Amino acid sequence: MQIRKKGMLVAVAAATVALVATFVAPANAGTSSAACANVGSGYAVNKGATVEVFTSVVGDELSRYQAASKDFTACTGITINWNGSNSFESQLPVRVAGGTAPDLALIPQPGLLAQMVATGKVATPPSAVTNNVNRYWSKSWRDLGSVNGKFYAAPNSANLKSLVWYSPKQFAKYGYTVPTTWAAMLAQSDKMAAAKQTAWCGGLGSGSATGWPATDWLEEVVVREAGATVYNNWINHTVKFSDAPIIHAMNTVWGWMGNSKYVGTVSTIATTTFQNAGVNIPTGGCMQLQQASFYAASFPTGTVVSPTGDAWVYYLPGINPAVTTPVEGGGEFYAAFNSNKATQEVQTYLSTPQWAVSRIKAAGSNGGWLSANTGVPNSAYSNALDALSAKYLADKSSTFVFDASDAMPAAVGAGTEWTQLTNWFATGASATTIAKAIDASWPTN
Amino acid sequence: MSSFWSANLPKIGQMIAAIAIFLAVLGAIFFIAGRANGKKQKPIAITIFLGPALVLLTFGLVGPAIKTFLFSFKNSYSTKWVGFRNYQWIFTDPDMRIVLRNTILWLVITPLITTALGLILAIFLDRMRRESIAKSLIFMPMAISFVGASIVWQFVYNFADPSQPQTGLLSTIVRHLGFSPTNWILTQPLNTFLLMVIFIWVQAGFAMVILSAAIKAVPADIVEASALDGASGWKQFRSVTFPMVRSTFIVVLATMVVTTLKLFDIVRTMTGGNFGTSVLSNEMYSEVFVRFDTGRGSAMAIVLFVMVLPILIYNIYNLRRERSIA
Repeated sequence: MQIRKKGMLVAVAAATVALVATFVAPANAGTSSAACANVGSGYAVNKGATVEVFTSVVGDELSRYQAASKDFTACTGITINWNGSNSFESQLPVRVAGGTAPDLALIPQPGLLAQMVATGKVATPPSAVTNNVNRYWSKSWRDLGSVNGKFYAAPNSANLKSLVWYSPKQFAKYGYTVPTTWAAMLAQSDKMAAAKQTAWCGGLGSGSATGWPATDWLEEVVVREAGATVYNNWINHTVKFSDAPIIHAMNTVWGWMGNSKYVGTVSTIATTTFQNAGVNIPTGGCMQLQQASFYAASFPTGTVVSPTGDAWVYYLPGINPAVTTPVEGGGEFYAAFNSNKATQEVQTYLSTPQWAVSRIKAAGSNGGWLSANTGVPNSAYSNALDALSAKYLADKSSTFVFDASDAMPAAVGAGTEWTQLTNWFATGASATTIAKAIDASWPTN
Repeated sequence: MSSFWSANLPKIGQMIAAIAIFLAVLGAIFFIAGRANGKKQKPIAITIFLGPALVLLTFGLVGPAIKTFLFSFKNSYSTKWVGFRNYQWIFTDPDMRIVLRNTILWLVITPLITTALGLILAIFLDRMRRESIAKSLIFMPMAISFVGASIVWQFVYNFADPSQPQTGLLSTIVRHLGFSPTNWILTQPLNTFLLMVIFIWVQAGFAMVILSAAIKAVPADIVEASALDGASGWKQFRSVTFPMVRSTFIVVLATMVVTTLKLFDIVRTMTGGNFGTSVLSNEMYSEVFVRFDTGRGSAMAIVLFVMVLPILIYNIYNLRRERSIA
């Protein structure tokens, strides 16, 4: 009796071990061919290696990064440890200075990348990464991942601000079409004005950040008129606000968003919250609003956001033909802090279209993750708004610039530029007065 | 849901552990204190009761205060000494002068009107029929935060382009009276006073309730005696009621002054400090947390502190005097 009982126990235990083993087996096998098909070729198997990617992404968004890198782990045996922190931007310099730098860091702004490169701890990427970036990204992206002309970091995700919200239903009703040039856009706005319609609406109100939408309008026009070089010199103040290109851009903005023919009482823009600015678009109370894709959440419930529905977007067209596909937005970059084999493998994978497609799939139909990688087929996006934005981001000829107010010193980019541009819309003061006031506040230190 | 628990369960565990440690330390201290007797009893008792408060005050109040004072003489990143540059900027920058002007306007006007209005309401509602209903209604805004109240009043002051539907209550009233509305929030210096209305709307009920309690505490025989002597109405209020609630009036006034100095939510929600409506506390926040200029922000904090000081001293002086009378 006793012996039989023991025997049964052993049998059960053995069965359990066998069961567990069969479940675990595929993960331990290293190269799963199905997973490898999704990852691409050329990776050495590196069983048991773990590579840490330090990032500011947390929560559900972080779990989508984990899900997206599963195939890579199954194929190469390298585990990617996505380590997200809310205090990423203050933690990263501390870790790098303290000798506990992560293998890779996902850096959300070029300024911090330059700061990290200045410490001398950022590793030169392997040629596979450089080749991928040369092959798949436009020059402006490559430049953003470079410091002093030397390439360091491949881009990750991208976002696009250069969009105009409009109502396809209202446009169809009045026979308006989506403009593809700046001149056509203003000509059509003139038609709307003649028909006593509000061609453009806008709102600057946003609590202590009041004024930021106006910085976007100015940035969009600066890159469209003067191109990326002037734009980037404007960020580091070698081109001042009171210099000719910026004053010219301000006058263009005033002829557009400061034009009472298009917007009605201009001063109401200063007192309207940015969320409320475009709520009348579905009903035709206002025809167009320049705002990024996240504005979709601000429409009243029941609004159909689709290419034929109550609200949709078009790409804010270019002005100067010499500036091809101007795009303003944001993005992140992968910097490596060592040249270990496993780190370089991960770094290479993260610069491939395969990674981008895997990450886009992990986002699902809600979307929200875009890549400027031109190797990503547009059909990879199941979210139509993302697909439209990605078309302009992943354009080999695109002139991509980073949000200037984010990159300027906070005293200006989060200070006087906000307050003075708000003041501009509230009072209609001259562009020169406003520009000089902003220049005067540039920190000297 | 499961991700919520997996993310927060360790935090809850840490919290419980922290509370347990706190209780254990407390228990140990009281145990030692309980065993002490004789000569050492008094000094031990003083240490146990004052010690924790002193430690917390040092690290939570005195330390940061000294640091803020030092920061106010440094540059934006606190890396270089700049002398009085930050203070000089506060008192000479044209925008900052408007901020100082507004702060003083707020400081002088709002506490006086709020407290006076509270007193008037308390007197007129005293012994009215269904007094409690009227009082509850007036007190109700007190339950709303300044941010909530500001959002409500944004609808009142809202002004839309004439081609768009008008939703602002004030604009609608003005139009029905036959005038054309303006963009209220942009009209200087009217906008600052419009923001003050929100403060008064929220706080008047509070002043009323406190003052009403003080009025009810005035002994009935004194009121009766004064009435028999022929005092009534204004005279009775001036010579009997007000002197008896004077100290309460001053306490409410002082509370309002301090609340006004700390005021930040209304300005931040309504205008974000734009259109010439900003006050010192709002600018202080923006400098430190939006523009990352610790030097200027700290200097403003010190200026605010100096402004509160006389009120605090007066309050303490008053408290001491009353105690000595009692």
